[in-house]
This record gives sequence, structure tokens and C-alpha cells, in this order.
Amino acid sequence: MLKLDKTEIWLVVSALVLLASAFLLPNWLTFILTLALAKALVVQGVVIQMRAGLVSFGQGLFFCIGGYSVGMGGAFLNIHDAFVLVALGVAASVGVAAILGLLMTRYRDIFFAMLSLALSMILYGLIVKNQALGSTDGFNVHDVSFLGWMPAGEDQKLVIFVLTVIVAGGIAIALNRYMKSGLGGVNEAIKENEIRVEFLGLSPRWILYANYLFAAGISAVGGAFTALATGHVDPEMAFWTTSGEFVFIALLGGTSHVAAPFIAAVLFALVRTYALELAPHSWQMILGFVLLAIIVFLPKGLWSLVAGKRRAAA
Amino acid sequence: MTTLYAILIDGMIYASWLFMVAAGLTVIYGVMRILNMAHGSFYSIGAYTGASLVGWYFSGAQGAPYWSYALLLGAALVSGVVVGLLIEQGLLQFMYKRDEILMVIVTYALLLILEDATKLIFGVDPYFTFQPYSLLGRSEIGELTFANYDLALIAVAAVIGAACWLTLNRTHTGKVLRAVIQDREIAIAMGVNVKLMFAATFVVGTTLGAIAGALTAPAISVSPGIGVEVIVLAFAVVVVGGLGSIEGAIVGALLVGITRAAAVHLAPQIELFVIYGVMALVLAVRPQGLFGRDLARKI
Repeated sequence: MLKLDKTEIWLVVSALVLLASAFLLPNWLTFILTLALAKALVVQGVVIQMRAGLVSFGQGLFFCIGGYSVGMGGAFLNIHDAFVLVALGVAASVGVAAILGLLMTRYRDIFFAMLSLALSMILYGLIVKNQALGSTDGFNVHDVSFLGWMPAGEDQKLVIFVLTVIVAGGIAIALNRYMKSGLGGVNEAIKENEIRVEFLGLSPRWILYANYLFAAGISAVGGAFTALATGHVDPEMAFWTTSGEFVFIALLGGTSHVAAPFIAAVLFALVRTYALELAPHSWQMILGFVLLAIIVFLPKGLWSLVAGKRRAAA
Repeated sequence: MTTLYAILIDGMIYASWLFMVAAGLTVIYGVMRILNMAHGSFYSIGAYTGASLVGWYFSGAQGAPYWSYALLLGAALVSGVVVGLLIEQGLLQFMYKRDEILMVIVTYALLLILEDATKLIFGVDPYFTFQPYSLLGRSEIGELTFANYDLALIAVAAVIGAACWLTLNRTHTGKVLRAVIQDREIAIAMGVNVKLMFAATFVVGTTLGAIAGALTAPAISVSPGIGVEVIVLAFAVVVVGGLGSIEGAIVGALLVGITRAAAVHLAPQIELFVIYGVMALVLAVRPQGLFGRDLARKI
């Protein structure tokens, strides 16, 4: 029997609330929530590496691989089942990460950040120059079926929302367990002092390697669901500013709790929806000031507000 | 043969542009250990001020057209110094004790702010100022013709490179700077005004970025987003050569520039790929870059 701890119960309850709300909320809002949750999964990939002290400015690489796998699977391999397509994205992403990880785990600090950025820009460069993949415009994703069932029109969006919530909830529980496991704890030790971890008989490099693959897989799930929800993929997914946005959301939420990236991503999406309408040319500027404010006043992210209150109450 | 020739000269032109863009980035990192993500924004600020000033000059003022070059440089100097100083004094000086990686994120925030600030000030429509570019005419080298403006950029890049190298290696200030690079704390103990050195370095770095932008402005259409594109190229060059090394930036620019020119002439579909490919390859073999120093691991 699966025993849930307090965090996990909260996660399940929030997932159920989200699912129930799908029937009440307007379509545009469920659409925004779908994208935000998918994005949050990519951010989780950034966060688990951040917990080990590595900042990936190229998580868009796996986001993009996940998305393009869904698109290309439908267009070139004639696969139309959503589950198979998502699995394809994860497999492709983890496969690429397995090779790149051998190189990436040798780097730390700004070198890790720069190399991850370079790798995602390589993918960007390849896609932009590829006519078969629609160059800078990208291409549309075919309609998908779910285990043989093909809902029509708006229903399809709803099904994708439900699926995203369930998958995101499942991944969140898995991540919560990972964070509380011994392996998860070592990540923070690596951040603090890698050499001491080595002296304790562990191999930081292989732990970071496992982390890298794990992050790649989760990010690909995010990319795959984004592609399913929007019905379109374009090379912008691998451009470095997309990855910058993931880093932004990761810092906004903080890295200390599995729920933080989800909350931050939803907040980010909602604020952006309105800010883009009110101030289309100063939206990034607002982001920049918020980011500076977080670094100065809330270095552990918005989650520290929640955690801080709880500690004060105890 | 003609292709080889074209690759070499195009490569040199592109390399000198790359070097101008990357020089400021490497100077700032070398002394301050700050990887300035906002460097591209200084490039675009320089490009915008240069383009709008020159545009105004040719539409209204009745001076000799050659003065437009002085205007370009002047615009870059003023905008680079003012904005650079403002940011160093207003924000960065309070952050020097933070981690290197956190500074990357701080400057990323700066980039977001500056990108929109340029949009708010200069609008979103592109600026065209071709006059300084066409003024110099074209010249034939062998069977090919090149814009003299592009060839002049090679000379400018050489001057900038030489000036940076000489200042760092042959002057008293350079010696002090090298002391700061070696060991910040000991330098302070020896009476070096590190705060002043940092402020000066940052301003020099941002001004170099602005100069690169202003000198590029006549050759391109200045529009939002040019800074974001430039910054990754500058990273590639600087990382290939070794962060913080002027010689490295020169070699990195030549390597990336000529490789890209070769790709453009021989296999255009891998043009973008090749730039980052070179970067990834160099990093895989020499993580600290071609001219970077090895660092001991701290326990």
C-alpha cells in the first residue's frame, strides 16, 4: 500500500481540486493552467539540478526535444497515440541526455550554465536551418488519440488538461520522495562541498549524472504536453531566453519544496496574461525587477514565505 | 581558390566584429569575475544611440558626412559610460560578495530590464543608417569586392585589441589590475582601491560593448532583439578563448569567425550550428578555454 506523507496528501488534494475545477473554469483558463503545469515540469528539471548547485541555462534543449518528438512522431512516424508520443519524447530526451551527461557532469558553476546554453543553442541552430521541420516557423502537431479514443474539438483540450494534471501530480509525488531520499539529500551536500562528499565515498559525478537524466526526462514530459496543448512546436523552445524563463520561475518559487515550482509557474502565467495586455513593452522589465527583488529580499524564493510562517508558528 | 579567398576575408571581417563584441565581456569577467549576461544590451544601446544620432545628422544637419563616424563613436562612449556607471553604482557594487553563478542571474535580470528600456526609449521600429556604410565605397580584392567599411572594422578591432592588451600588460594601471585579478584581498591590503578598479573596469567593458554596437549599426537594421542574439555569440567566443583573457578572445574570434565563414560558403545549412559546435568542442577538450588558467579545487 502506498503511504502518503503530508506533502503528498496536499498534492493529491490540489490535483483533485484542479480536476474538478476543469468543469467550472472557462476554456482559456484551463488552457493557461495546462501550459503552466507543463512549464512547471520543465522548471522541476531546473530545480533538481539547482539543488545540487548547478544552474542550467539550457533546459530548453529537453523541453524542445520533448515537444518536437511529439510533433515529429505524428508527422513522420505516423504515431497518433498521445501516450506513445509522450513516451517517445521522454525516451529521446533521456537518450540525448545520457550522451551529453557524460560531458556535462565534468562542469560546474558558470561553465555548466554556459555549456548547457550552448548545447540548446546548437539544437536551435539545427532546427532553424532545417526546412523539413518548418525552419523558424515550426510546424503543427497532428491531432492525437488517447488509447484509441479521439475526442472532438474542445474536448481534446480538456482531456489534455486532465492528463497534464494527473501526470504532473504523479511526477510531483515521485520528486517529493526523491528529495527526501538519501540520494536527494546528497545533492545538497554536493552543493555545499563536493570534495567532502567524495571523501565520504560517494561519486558526485554519477549522482549529478543521474540527476541530469532525471531532469531531462521530466523536462521532456513538459515539452511534450506543451506541444499537445498548443498543437504547435517551433524552435523558440530551444532558444536560450526560453531556458532563462525556466530559471526565472525556479528562482521565483525557490528550491526547497516540490510544490514551489508549480505555484510559481501558475503565478507567472497568470501575471503574464494580464501584464502583456496592460504593458506589452515593459513586461520583461517588470520581470527583471521582480527577479532582482527576489535575489535581494527572498533568496529562497516565494516558498520561504510559506515555510517561514510555519516555522514561526511552531 | 576564390572560395578560399572569400572565406579568409569574410572570416576576418566576421572575426573582428566578434572580437569587438566579446572584448568588453572578457574584460569584465577577467577582472570582476562577473559573467555579464546584459552585455548584449550595451551593444544594442550603443547601436540605438549611434543609429538615431547619425540618422538625425543626415536628415537635418549640414556638416561633412565624415563627421558621422565621430558621432557614432561619441554616441557609444557617452551611452556606454553613462549606463555602465549607473548600473555599477546603482546595483552591482552591492552584489560583489555573491556567488559567480548568482551574478549571472543578476545580470540576466539586468538584461530583461535593459531590453525593455531600449524598446521604451527608441520604439520597436527598426532604424536604418546605411550612410556611414556606403560612404566608404567598395574595393576590389582579386576577383571579389568588399565594403570598405567592413575592412575598416578589421583595423578598428585590431586597435581595440592592441589597446586592451597594452593597457593590461604595459602600464601601471594594468599592473594594478593584474594584481586585483590575482588576489583581490591582497590587492586591497596593498592599498589598491579595488572599488574604483571595479567601477572603471565595468564602465570600460560596457563602453566596449556600446562601441561594437554603434559601429555595427550602419551595417544592419537596428531592431529589438539584436542584443539577445549577440550575447550568445560573444559567450561562444569568450569561452573558446578562455574567460577573461584578451589573447583568448582574439584567438576565439578568429577561430569562430573563420569557421563560420567556411560554413557559410561551403555548407550554409550548418552555419549557426558550427559556432556553438566549436564552443562545445573546445570546452569538451579544454574546459577552461584555450587561454584559460587551471583552477585548483578548494576544499
